[in-house]
Amino acid sequence: MTRRTHRDARWLVAVLALGLLLVGCGRNMAEQPKVGTLQPSPFFADGSGSRPLLEGTVSRERGGIDPVFFTGQDAGGLVTELPIELSYELLLRGQERYDIFCAMCHGYTGEGDGMIVRRGFPQPASFNEPRLLDASVGYYFSAMTNGFGRMYSYASRIPPEDRWAIAAYVKALQLSQNASIDDVPAEVRRALELGDSEGSLPR
Amino acid sequence: MPQHFPPSTNAFVRWAILGGGAFVVALLVALPIFARTMNNAVGVPVAQPIDFAHNLHSAQLGIDCRYCHTTVEVAASANVPASETCMTCHSQVRVGSPQLEALWTSWENDQAVRWNRVHDMPDYVYFNHSAHITNGVGCSTCHGLVDQMDGIWKTEPMTMGWCMECHRAPERFLRPRSEVFNMAYRPPSDQLVLGSELVAAYHIDTDVLIQCSVCHR
Repeated sequence: MTRRTHRDARWLVAVLALGLLLVGCGRNMAEQPKVGTLQPSPFFADGSGSRPLLEGTVSRERGGIDPVFFTGQDAGGLVTELPIELSYELLLRGQERYDIFCAMCHGYTGEGDGMIVRRGFPQPASFNEPRLLDASVGYYFSAMTNGFGRMYSYASRIPPEDRWAIAAYVKALQLSQNASIDDVPAEVRRALELGDSEGSLPR
Repeated sequence: MPQHFPPSTNAFVRWAILGGGAFVVALLVALPIFARTMNNAVGVPVAQPIDFAHNLHSAQLGIDCRYCHTTVEVAASANVPASETCMTCHSQVRVGSPQLEALWTSWENDQAVRWNRVHDMPDYVYFNHSAHITNGVGCSTCHGLVDQMDGIWKTEPMTMGWCMECHRAPERFLRPRSEVFNMAYRPPSDQLVLGSELVAAYHIDTDVLIQCSVCHR
């Protein structure tokens, strides 16, 4: 071999060695071999990386294993009392969740005239009809949990404590729709007359 | 001491130093140009198995973001709704519509609709929706006016530099918690004053926000 080809060979080796650095390129940090939320997985037959909960799975975080809290029923049927403490904060939470999940069909006042109903969904009964005015708080919880008529169950979308908050709010909504101005406490009435609808409510 | 390398190696080393320097400079110039021009597919609609219209469902019908994206307040991931959520209305409304073919197939076969991901964070980023929602970062701050979109696309590049614009100075973007889901919210003229108040009120530790381990683990 001549000195010349020796030198060429060395250059070739150097370039090839640099080329080895390219092995380090890739997206294996950005796309790690792990299943993220909602990602598919060929490992399971249904192709989904998420696993459905087993039948009868009970959350230990939310109310332990109290069946009333999860079903709205006790030995005597649908409960008439909230299994959690009623507070102004609970009603506000119920109002917020009602406006998100229920008002679309039931309407913001419970009349059953929500936007989806106006777009063709069969109209639900008004919360202000006598049968539903008499229905217990457990009845509303049960309807949300198990579905009712054409309404699907919301159990997978609204956690139980929020379902209770909504049930409590529906009862409050019914009171509000069948109240007269005499039912309003004097100091709140003054605020209402001044056009301040929220000013004197407890916060 | 014997010579280990022949004199010709000097040239190689010289070129390697020059070439290496040039390579680093070229990389530093090219990467930002690449990032700016590609812009991470901002504004490019992502095709989906169903031409879901956020503008119809959100702006016109007035459905809250959280009706479908139920976990956004409590979990890292803002879930894409299960077909059950779609079927809550579509078992009665627009039944049999060919536009919803993928939904009917999904429902009948108990298989998820394979939506295409729009915002794909690298796996080394541990983004958490609930942490942002509960600290006053509005939906539209990062996702734009999704309620006006007839398809779905990114409105922000979602690069680390973009994240840091807020992580370095959250007072520029924060809004009251009550306005987080309000798509019509516009920042007030005294945003920096309000933002600073919110940073204090929500106990946001701005020293922690710029630490690596906040997002990378």
